[in-house]
Amino acid sequence: MLYIKCPYCGLRAQKEFSYGGDATVKRPNINEEVSSEDWDNFVYMRKSPRGKHIELWQHIAGCRQWIKVQRDTATHEIFQTAKVTEEIR
Amino acid sequence: MSQPFRLNKEGLINRNKKISFTFNGKKLFGYEGDTIASALIANGIHLVGRSFKYHRPRGFFGAGVEEPNAKLQVEFNGHSEPNVNATEMELVEGLSATSQNCWPSVNFDIGAINNFLKMFFPAGFYYKTFMWPKSFWYKIYEPFIRKAAGLGVASIEKDKERYEHKFEYCDLLVTGSGPSGLASAYAAAKNGAKVILAEDKPRFGGTLLTDDVSIDNLSGKDWAEKIISELKSMPNVTVKNRSQVFGYYDHNMLVMFERVSDHLEKKSKFTPRQRLWYIRAKETILSTGSIERPIVFGNNDTPGIFLSAAAKEYMKVYGVLVGKKPLIFTNNDSAYETALEFKKNNVEPIILDTREEHSSELIDEAKSKGIDIRFSHGVIVANGYKKVKSAKIGKLNKDKNSFEKIETVDCDCICVSGFWTPSVHLASQSGNKLKYEEKIDAFIPDKKKQHETSVGAANGSFTLEESLKNGFENGSNLSAKITDTKAEIAIPNVNEKKYGAHDKFWCMPLPKNENPKRFVDFQNDVSVSDIEIALREGYRSIEHVKRYTTLGMATDQGRTSNLNGLQLVSNIENKIVPEVGHTTFRPPFTPITIGTIVGREVGMEYMPTRKTPMHEWHEKNNAVFVDAGAWKRPRYYKQGNETLFEASKREAKNVRENVGICDVTTLGKIDIKGPDAAEFLNRVYTNAWMKLPVGKARYGLMLREDGIVMDDGTTTRISENHYHMTTTTAQAANVLSHLEYYLQIVWPELNVNVVSTTEQWAGAAIAGPKSRDMLSKLYPDLDVSNDALPFMGYKEADFFGVPSRIFRISFSGELAYEINVKSDHGMFMWEKMMEVGKEFGNQPYGTEALSTLRIEMGHVAGPELDGRTIPSDVSLNGLVSKKKDFIGKNSLGREAFNVESRQKIVGLIPIDRKSSIPEGSHIVQDQNAKLPNPKLGHVSSSCWSVENNNPFSLAIMKDGKNMIGKKFFAVSPLKNKSIEVEVISSHYVDPEGKRVRS
Ligand SMILES: [Zn+2]
Repeated sequence: MLYIKCPYCGLRAQKEFSYGGDATVKRPNINEEVSSEDWDNFVYMRKSPRGKHIELWQHIAGCRQWIKVQRDTATHEIFQTAKVTEEIR
Repeated sequence: MSQPFRLNKEGLINRNKKISFTFNGKKLFGYEGDTIASALIANGIHLVGRSFKYHRPRGFFGAGVEEPNAKLQVEFNGHSEPNVNATEMELVEGLSATSQNCWPSVNFDIGAINNFLKMFFPAGFYYKTFMWPKSFWYKIYEPFIRKAAGLGVASIEKDKERYEHKFEYCDLLVTGSGPSGLASAYAAAKNGAKVILAEDKPRFGGTLLTDDVSIDNLSGKDWAEKIISELKSMPNVTVKNRSQVFGYYDHNMLVMFERVSDHLEKKSKFTPRQRLWYIRAKETILSTGSIERPIVFGNNDTPGIFLSAAAKEYMKVYGVLVGKKPLIFTNNDSAYETALEFKKNNVEPIILDTREEHSSELIDEAKSKGIDIRFSHGVIVANGYKKVKSAKIGKLNKDKNSFEKIETVDCDCICVSGFWTPSVHLASQSGNKLKYEEKIDAFIPDKKKQHETSVGAANGSFTLEESLKNGFENGSNLSAKITDTKAEIAIPNVNEKKYGAHDKFWCMPLPKNENPKRFVDFQNDVSVSDIEIALREGYRSIEHVKRYTTLGMATDQGRTSNLNGLQLVSNIENKIVPEVGHTTFRPPFTPITIGTIVGREVGMEYMPTRKTPMHEWHEKNNAVFVDAGAWKRPRYYKQGNETLFEASKREAKNVRENVGICDVTTLGKIDIKGPDAAEFLNRVYTNAWMKLPVGKARYGLMLREDGIVMDDGTTTRISENHYHMTTTTAQAANVLSHLEYYLQIVWPELNVNVVSTTEQWAGAAIAGPKSRDMLSKLYPDLDVSNDALPFMGYKEADFFGVPSRIFRISFSGELAYEINVKSDHGMFMWEKMMEVGKEFGNQPYGTEALSTLRIEMGHVAGPELDGRTIPSDVSLNGLVSKKKDFIGKNSLGREAFNVESRQKIVGLIPIDRKSSIPEGSHIVQDQNAKLPNPKLGHVSSSCWSVENNNPFSLAIMKDGKNMIGKKFFAVSPLKNKSIEVEVISSHYVDPEGKRVRS
């Protein structure tokens, strides 16, 4: 079971969180024209990297904040966690 | 009542307490502190079971977790458990053990014929033989194999025991209380670290209990006791015996299995039987020790053949002799200690040492005690069927592949030692890629992936001095990093015997024309010839050889067989062992009970039960409940002998004719507040929200970004910047997360807050033509006329002294209202409604009637919004704004969503107006068509229309809008039904929606 550091609550067990997918995907702006290709990329296309991946998790059984987690998809090592307003490099 | 193999004094058992038990029906006794194995051996019993494939007689081989053979069905404390390891299970009064895998009995086993037909049971036998013809597998082969083979029998009784889970955090977890484990725990504890020390066995100390050593002038056992009692007195240390750390998971999470009370005769009602510990450790010391490996020889599975260290443990811990005429067969010095122990107890052993004549401290001692030592010797084959009677032994030539001399010697047990294998399972589970250590012919941990450090024998250091030093240093250094304290610790003086080098010898050759079975894996009956066959047939990867032969795949995970198997493969393949590699170690290290994994989450505790504030009233009024997620909802209120069908029909009819009330507390409720709330709703819902006035509700539809309908519900504007959203019961949690996602990540600039208020409000729907009359009695001071409180209107009013919210919304399609009061007032509201409603013929209705009412109105719900439908599929495209953007809008333009023949919701009625159409039925043109019969759609919801008094269903159908008036078949192969149906509009009752507005 992973041990995830919520930037608001500290280290918490994985069972308090739910997974939210790739954190680097950006939704096209509302009320703006978007090409079908860009839209399809946003809705469907995801990379499935082996290695470092920046992803979203929600601390559903805690502060309910969505957070960013940089995790190795092969080893599950977590390098960094951050608020969604912060950058992970 | 004498025990012929019990020594008079030796051992750590309590001779003042006799314990009686039975084995295969025979009444026996042992002492407190015995295991089932030690008590049976004391009684001279060695035949405990039959082997898996050939049903050969099997006896005890080890004295602990390494035991491959002695798995028993054990009944104690009122329950029956299969595959209990006889070498680990402690004796308790009244315990009854029986052999497994034998039929009809362990002494006469019909399956033993397999032993004589063994040419039919080579490697890959199951794959090859039973695969053809296929139908034979289910009917003939499998049932037979199940009866003749198989391990124990799982109980079908409900497990009455209590199991617990515990979550623990520590600085240092130490797994194993041998010398290196004790030293590590002690050093870390002195540094002030929070330490957990786990020991699998009942007694702490590991090899210190059996090795002839001294530490600071104390015997190993006394030193261990001293350290343990000091550790126990420290507040920062938890010391646990009977606790096996069996799994090493991500982020230094280890799982431990504690046998809390299996060894107790009496315990309190709330004492758990076993406990599962989830331990998050900052650092882990793996002091799991090592396991002796056997040397392979002919009929090496005969009862009476033991690992040499096990024989010593039986003497020193249990005061039991495994035999009185022992042969000690070894390639190293450690077995000499077993020989010396026998000698000390006046038993004369013969040592067969595969090494050429040489000397070492132990050999010299054995010689000086007059023990018969035969160098360059080994056991070729054991004789005896149910117990060893003699052994054919041979003097090896220099090449160790042939014999100079062969003779037979009498013996009643053979104690074998092929050197030591570090227990690296936990290290391997943690992700550590192991490395092969030539010096000891075994794998040891290599580079760490997690915070684990192997010490002592688990790391390949087999001397006490090294183990202690290793333990103290690592325990001290690892904990100092955490606690920032480094206490001074004096490393004790050690007195131990020096071992000579071991012989890299692991398998006895066979003389010409002799072909006894030589087992590598006892539990799965894998012999040398099986592995040879697998390699001859072209299997190369060790993982494939493992699966083809089942080597190391039994419940003992190949603890005594893995390395010998690898040696064999590497010999045949002419490779070195590290090139062959090793198979993967996986948790659990030892079998654990399902009860422990489940813990307290059984029955009512499986998940929380959510009850509405009116639950007790429903119970008292014969409600039959249905699960809606964690919620309990009344499905119908049973009157007399009514069936579900009759009751729901009565309830629904009463709503259509009079008035009914329904508990709608379970609907999801979300409070939405903030100056940008309207803008937010406008983006979340498909329809327009900017102009909804205060005091009005609106039905809304929300999509996922891929255009699929996510949920529907009404949202009411309570005040300028305050909205009250309702969701379906099932989607409440998902919708909240969805809203939070957009507010926190996508549109953080919107000043809006959302919070769940589902638990804060109790809700009741009042539905039916007489609902307004009833409402006016509930609110005598309020104008509830159609003008003052129109459809989709909202009012806040006093309900007999209690604040309440009135929403004029309808799910049933009738004139209806929904009243919300604070949860604490829910019961008061409900009882008042029942009282006031009497004169209008009010009756409560459950979810079944609720479904009937919405289905015949053509209102969609979960079965239609099933994650595959877009708004137009369910005739809700009127709610989709063309003017504004919203979540999922861009996806609605996708080609597949807009084809002419796109699926659409329709209504179905049976041609005979009688036959109910099963939900899930497929709609087909021709009921007799050849399979696969082209499917045109499926039935999503079915009811008995109370308005028209015949069955009615909703269906999602391809090109649905052009199918009205046509006839098809609804077929349900599951129910073996085929019903001719006519397609009609999904709005079967009141298609114009006049009633809700009346
Ligand atoms: Zn948090």
